[in-house]
Amino acid sequence: MAVQLEFLKSILYFSDLGLAELESIRKLVFEKTADRAEVVLLEGESAANLYFVASGAVKVFKTSAEGKEQILDIVRPGESFNDVPIFDGGPNPASARTMGPVLLYGIKKNDMEAILRDHPQIALNVIKVLAKRVRHLVSLVEDLSFRHVISRVAKILFEHIGGEMGRGPRLTQQEMAAMAGTAREVVGRSLKALEEEGAIKLDRHRIIITDKEALQEIMEVTS
Amino acid sequence: MAEMPIIDTRKCDGCGLCVSVCHCNALEVVNNIITIIETVECDWCTDCEAVCPTGAISCPFEIIIQEL
Ligand code: SF4
Ligand code: SF4
Repeated sequence: MAVQLEFLKSILYFSDLGLAELESIRKLVFEKTADRAEVVLLEGESAANLYFVASGAVKVFKTSAEGKEQILDIVRPGESFNDVPIFDGGPNPASARTMGPVLLYGIKKNDMEAILRDHPQIALNVIKVLAKRVRHLVSLVEDLSFRHVISRVAKILFEHIGGEMGRGPRLTQQEMAAMAGTAREVVGRSLKALEEEGAIKLDRHRIIITDKEALQEIMEVTS
Repeated sequence: MAEMPIIDTRKCDGCGLCVSVCHCNALEVVNNIITIIETVECDWCTDCEAVCPTGAISCPFEIIIQEL
Protein backbone atom coordinates (compact mmCIF):
# COMPACT_ATOMS: atom_id res chain seq x y z
CA MET A 1 0.00 0.00 0.00
CA ALA A 2 1.40 3.36 -0.97
CA VAL A 3 1.93 6.02 1.64
CA GLN A 4 -1.07 8.34 1.43
CA LEU A 5 -0.45 12.02 0.83
CA GLU A 6 -3.66 12.87 2.64
CA PHE A 7 -2.48 11.01 5.69
CA LEU A 8 0.88 12.81 5.64
CA LYS A 9 -1.00 16.10 5.54
CA SER A 10 -2.96 15.07 8.65
CA ILE A 11 0.26 14.67 10.64
CA LEU A 12 0.90 17.84 12.63
CA TYR A 13 4.57 17.86 11.58
CA PHE A 14 3.64 18.29 7.94
CA SER A 15 0.32 20.11 8.15
CA ASP A 16 1.65 23.37 6.69
CA LEU A 17 3.19 21.83 3.59
CA GLY A 18 1.82 21.95 0.07
CA LEU A 19 1.26 18.93 -2.13
CA ALA A 20 4.57 19.23 -3.99
CA GLU A 21 6.49 19.34 -0.73
CA LEU A 22 4.54 16.41 0.69
CA GLU A 23 5.28 14.47 -2.46
CA SER A 24 9.02 14.94 -1.95
CA ILE A 25 8.70 13.80 1.67
CA ARG A 26 6.59 10.81 0.73
CA LYS A 27 9.59 9.31 -1.08
CA LEU A 28 11.46 9.16 2.21
CA VAL A 29 8.67 7.50 4.19
CA PHE A 30 8.74 3.73 4.61
CA GLU A 31 6.01 1.47 5.94
CA LYS A 32 6.37 -0.96 8.77
CA THR A 33 3.69 -3.30 10.00
CA ALA A 34 3.68 -5.04 13.35
CA ASP A 35 1.38 -7.48 15.10
CA ARG A 36 -0.16 -7.17 18.54
CA ALA A 37 2.24 -6.82 21.47
CA GLU A 38 5.38 -6.38 19.38
CA VAL A 39 8.12 -4.25 20.88
CA VAL A 40 8.97 -1.81 18.11
CA LEU A 41 11.45 0.25 20.11
CA LEU A 42 13.66 -0.73 23.00
CA GLU A 43 14.72 1.73 25.68
CA GLY A 44 18.48 2.40 25.61
CA GLU A 45 19.03 1.33 22.02
CA SER A 46 20.26 3.83 19.50
CA ALA A 47 17.50 5.56 17.61
CA ALA A 48 17.38 5.00 13.88
CA ASN A 49 13.91 6.14 12.85
CA LEU A 50 11.12 8.55 13.63
CA TYR A 51 7.72 6.87 13.55
CA PHE A 52 4.18 8.01 12.89
CA VAL A 53 1.24 5.76 13.65
CA ALA A 54 -0.86 5.32 10.49
CA SER A 55 -3.34 2.87 12.03
CA GLY A 56 -3.66 1.14 15.39
CA ALA A 57 -2.18 2.30 18.69
CA VAL A 58 1.22 2.10 20.36
CA LYS A 59 2.05 2.22 24.05
CA VAL A 60 5.20 4.10 25.10
CA PHE A 61 6.58 2.87 28.42
CA LYS A 62 9.59 2.64 30.68
CA THR A 63 10.64 -0.41 32.63
CA SER A 64 12.06 -0.12 36.14
CA ALA A 65 15.00 -2.14 37.47
CA GLU A 66 12.45 -4.49 39.10
CA GLY A 67 10.79 -5.02 35.74
CA LYS A 68 7.74 -2.87 36.43
CA GLU A 69 6.27 -0.99 33.52
CA GLN A 70 5.09 2.58 33.58
CA ILE A 71 3.04 3.77 30.61
CA LEU A 72 4.06 7.24 29.52
CA ASP A 73 1.82 7.71 26.55
CA ILE A 74 -0.53 6.10 24.07
CA VAL A 75 0.23 7.07 20.49
CA ARG A 76 -2.78 7.21 18.17
CA PRO A 77 -3.09 7.56 14.38
CA GLY A 78 -1.45 10.74 13.12
CA GLU A 79 0.82 11.06 16.15
CA SER A 80 4.55 10.45 16.30
CA PHE A 81 6.90 8.71 18.68
CA ASN A 82 10.66 8.52 19.12
CA ASP A 83 11.00 12.20 18.18
CA VAL A 84 13.31 13.12 21.05
CA PRO A 85 16.28 10.84 20.23
CA ILE A 86 15.93 11.66 16.54
CA PHE A 87 16.64 15.29 17.30
CA ASP A 88 19.06 15.02 20.21
CA GLY A 89 21.02 12.05 18.90
CA GLY A 90 20.77 10.07 22.15
CA PRO A 91 19.41 6.55 22.68
CA ASN A 92 15.67 5.73 22.85
CA PRO A 93 14.43 7.17 26.16
CA ALA A 94 11.57 4.66 26.38
CA SER A 95 10.31 1.47 24.79
CA ALA A 96 7.25 1.17 22.57
CA ARG A 97 4.92 -1.79 22.14
CA THR A 98 1.99 -2.19 19.78
CA MET A 99 -1.45 -2.51 21.42
CA GLY A 100 -2.85 -4.38 18.42
CA PRO A 101 -1.90 -4.75 14.77
CA VAL A 102 -0.40 -1.46 13.59
CA LEU A 103 0.83 0.26 10.47
CA LEU A 104 3.67 2.66 11.05
CA TYR A 105 5.23 5.23 8.76
CA GLY A 106 8.94 5.63 9.45
CA ILE A 107 11.48 8.21 8.42
CA LYS A 108 15.20 7.56 8.88
CA LYS A 109 17.02 9.93 11.18
CA ASN A 110 19.25 11.30 8.39
CA ASP A 111 16.29 11.77 6.09
CA MET A 112 14.42 13.67 8.79
CA GLU A 113 17.40 15.98 9.17
CA ALA A 114 17.37 16.59 5.42
CA ILE A 115 13.61 17.24 5.48
CA LEU A 116 14.07 19.85 8.21
CA ARG A 117 16.86 21.52 6.24
CA ASP A 118 14.80 21.61 3.05
CA HIS A 119 11.54 22.66 4.71
CA PRO A 120 12.48 24.78 7.73
CA GLN A 121 8.85 25.81 8.22
CA ILE A 122 8.30 22.31 9.67
CA ALA A 123 10.40 23.27 12.67
CA LEU A 124 7.62 25.29 14.27
CA ASN A 125 5.30 22.29 14.21
CA VAL A 126 8.03 20.02 15.55
CA ILE A 127 8.45 22.45 18.44
CA LYS A 128 4.71 22.31 19.12
CA VAL A 129 4.78 18.51 19.21
CA LEU A 130 7.80 18.44 21.50
CA ALA A 131 6.42 21.15 23.79
CA LYS A 132 3.19 19.21 24.21
CA ARG A 133 5.21 16.12 25.05
CA VAL A 134 7.29 17.96 27.64
CA ARG A 135 4.14 19.31 29.26
CA HIS A 136 2.62 15.83 29.48
CA LEU A 137 5.79 14.31 30.94
CA VAL A 138 6.23 17.10 33.47
CA SER A 139 2.70 16.50 34.72
CA LEU A 140 3.47 12.79 35.12
CA VAL A 141 6.78 13.31 36.91
CA GLU A 142 5.43 14.81 40.09
CA ASP A 143 2.60 12.35 40.48
CA LEU A 144 4.79 9.35 39.81
CA SER A 145 7.54 10.34 42.21
CA PHE A 146 5.51 10.90 45.36
CA ARG A 147 3.20 8.70 47.30
CA HIS A 148 0.42 11.23 47.73
CA VAL A 149 -1.37 10.09 44.59
CA ILE A 150 -1.49 6.48 45.81
CA SER A 151 -3.01 7.71 49.05
CA ARG A 152 -5.52 9.82 47.13
CA VAL A 153 -6.51 6.83 45.02
CA ALA A 154 -6.84 4.75 48.20
CA LYS A 155 -9.17 7.40 49.61
CA ILE A 156 -11.28 7.49 46.44
CA LEU A 157 -11.70 3.71 46.58
CA PHE A 158 -12.65 3.90 50.22
CA GLU A 159 -15.27 6.55 49.58
CA HIS A 160 -16.88 4.57 46.77
CA ILE A 161 -17.35 1.20 48.35
CA GLY A 162 -20.59 -0.34 47.15
CA GLY A 163 -23.17 -1.92 49.41
CA GLU A 164 -23.08 -5.64 50.00
CA MET A 165 -26.00 -6.45 47.76
CA GLY A 166 -26.81 -3.51 45.56
CA ARG A 167 -24.42 -1.68 43.35
CA GLY A 168 -22.40 1.22 44.56
CA PRO A 169 -21.23 3.91 42.22
CA ARG A 170 -18.88 2.47 39.65
CA LEU A 171 -15.74 4.30 38.66
CA THR A 172 -13.51 4.20 35.60
CA GLN A 173 -9.76 4.81 35.82
CA GLN A 174 -10.43 8.01 33.90
CA GLU A 175 -12.86 9.19 36.58
CA MET A 176 -10.50 8.22 39.39
CA ALA A 177 -7.78 10.22 37.61
CA ALA A 178 -10.00 13.29 37.41
CA MET A 179 -10.89 12.96 41.11
CA ALA A 180 -7.26 12.51 42.14
CA GLY A 181 -6.15 15.38 39.89
CA THR A 182 -3.77 13.21 37.96
CA ALA A 183 -3.39 11.34 34.66
CA ARG A 184 -4.95 8.00 33.87
CA GLU A 185 -1.48 6.45 33.57
CA VAL A 186 -0.78 7.31 37.20
CA VAL A 187 -4.03 5.74 38.42
CA GLY A 188 -3.15 2.48 36.67
CA ARG A 189 0.15 2.42 38.47
CA SER A 190 -1.41 3.36 41.84
CA LEU A 191 -3.91 0.50 41.59
CA LYS A 192 -1.05 -1.90 40.86
CA ALA A 193 0.89 -0.56 43.82
CA LEU A 194 -2.13 -1.00 46.11
CA GLU A 195 -2.53 -4.53 44.86
CA GLU A 196 1.14 -5.30 45.49
CA GLU A 197 0.81 -3.99 49.01
CA GLY A 198 -2.04 -6.41 49.57
CA ALA A 199 -4.70 -3.76 50.20
CA ILE A 200 -6.81 -4.55 47.15
CA LYS A 201 -7.28 -7.21 44.53
CA LEU A 202 -8.28 -6.49 40.95
CA ASP A 203 -10.80 -9.04 39.79
CA ARG A 204 -11.93 -8.13 36.28
CA HIS A 205 -14.47 -5.30 36.75
CA ARG A 206 -14.22 -5.45 40.53
CA ILE A 207 -11.78 -3.87 42.89
CA ILE A 208 -11.95 -5.96 46.03
CA ILE A 209 -10.66 -4.33 49.18
CA THR A 210 -8.89 -7.25 50.82
CA ASP A 211 -7.30 -5.36 53.71
CA LYS A 212 -9.31 -2.37 54.89
CA GLU A 213 -6.80 -1.40 57.59
CA ALA A 214 -3.89 -1.42 55.14
CA LEU A 215 -5.91 0.77 52.76
CA GLN A 216 -6.70 3.19 55.57
CA GLU A 217 -3.05 3.41 56.53
CA ILE A 218 -2.09 4.23 52.96
CA MET A 219 -4.85 6.87 52.88
CA GLU A 220 -3.21 8.66 55.76
CA VAL A 221 0.11 9.15 53.99
CA THR A 222 -0.05 12.74 52.88
CA SER A 223 3.39 13.60 51.56
CA MET B 1 -23.92 -12.96 31.78
CA ALA B 2 -20.53 -11.35 31.53
CA GLU B 3 -20.24 -7.72 32.49
CA MET B 4 -18.88 -5.74 29.54
CA PRO B 5 -17.46 -2.24 29.02
CA ILE B 6 -20.10 0.42 28.47
CA ILE B 7 -20.50 2.20 25.18
CA ASP B 8 -21.90 5.63 24.55
CA THR B 9 -22.84 5.35 20.88
CA ARG B 10 -23.49 9.09 20.64
CA LYS B 11 -19.80 9.76 21.20
CA CYS B 12 -18.46 7.05 18.86
CA ASP B 13 -17.19 8.18 15.47
CA GLY B 14 -16.51 4.66 14.22
CA CYS B 15 -12.73 5.08 13.96
CA GLY B 16 -12.17 1.45 14.97
CA LEU B 17 -9.15 2.06 17.19
CA CYS B 18 -10.68 0.14 20.09
CA VAL B 19 -11.37 -2.80 17.77
CA SER B 20 -7.70 -2.95 16.84
CA VAL B 21 -6.49 -3.12 20.44
CA CYS B 22 -9.04 -5.55 21.92
CA HIS B 23 -7.33 -8.92 22.34
CA CYS B 24 -10.57 -10.93 22.51
CA ASN B 25 -12.46 -9.53 19.52
CA ALA B 26 -15.23 -8.22 21.72
CA LEU B 27 -15.60 -5.04 19.68
CA GLU B 28 -16.77 -4.49 16.17
CA VAL B 29 -17.73 -1.45 14.10
CA VAL B 30 -21.13 -2.00 12.48
CA ASN B 31 -22.55 0.77 10.29
CA ASN B 32 -19.93 3.15 11.58
CA ILE B 33 -20.85 2.60 15.24
CA ILE B 34 -19.10 0.45 17.77
CA THR B 35 -20.89 -2.62 19.06
CA ILE B 36 -19.82 -4.94 21.81
CA ILE B 37 -20.10 -8.70 21.89
CA GLU B 38 -20.48 -10.29 25.27
CA THR B 39 -17.60 -12.59 26.15
CA VAL B 40 -15.94 -13.91 29.29
CA GLU B 41 -12.64 -13.54 27.42
CA CYS B 42 -12.73 -9.81 28.18
CA ASP B 43 -10.38 -9.42 31.13
CA TRP B 44 -11.16 -5.74 31.72
CA CYS B 45 -7.73 -4.71 30.47
CA THR B 46 -9.31 -1.25 29.86
CA ASP B 47 -7.23 -0.75 26.70
CA CYS B 48 -10.38 0.07 24.71
CA GLU B 49 -11.22 2.88 27.14
CA ALA B 50 -7.62 4.10 27.11
CA VAL B 51 -7.32 4.40 23.33
CA CYS B 52 -10.75 5.77 22.45
CA PRO B 53 -10.14 9.34 21.31
CA THR B 54 -13.72 10.44 21.98
CA GLY B 55 -14.34 8.87 25.37
CA ALA B 56 -17.10 6.62 24.00
CA ILE B 57 -16.07 3.51 25.97
CA SER B 58 -15.84 3.15 29.71
CA CYS B 59 -14.68 0.25 31.84
CA PRO B 60 -16.04 1.10 35.28
CA PHE B 61 -14.99 -0.76 38.41
CA GLU B 62 -17.24 -1.84 41.21
CA ILE B 63 -15.53 -1.36 44.55
CA ILE B 64 -16.38 -3.95 47.19
CA ILE B 65 -15.04 -5.13 50.51
CA GLN B 66 -13.96 -8.73 50.65
CA GLU B 67 -16.41 -10.84 52.58
CA LEU B 68 -14.79 -12.80 55.32
S1 SF4 C 1 -11.51 -4.26 28.37
FE1 SF4 C 1 -9.89 -5.15 27.07
S2 SF4 C 1 -10.64 -7.19 26.59
FE2 SF4 C 1 -12.42 -6.05 27.36
S3 SF4 C 1 -13.43 -5.20 25.55
FE3 SF4 C 1 -11.96 -3.65 26.26
S4 SF4 C 1 -10.05 -4.04 25.12
FE4 SF4 C 1 -11.37 -5.88 24.91
S1 SF4 D 1 -12.19 3.99 19.62
FE1 SF4 D 1 -14.01 5.10 20.41
S2 SF4 D 1 -14.67 6.35 18.67
FE2 SF4 D 1 -13.28 4.80 17.82
S3 SF4 D 1 -14.67 3.09 17.22
FE3 SF4 D 1 -13.97 2.68 19.31
S4 SF4 D 1 -15.60 3.55 20.62
FE4 SF4 D 1 -15.87 4.44 18.58
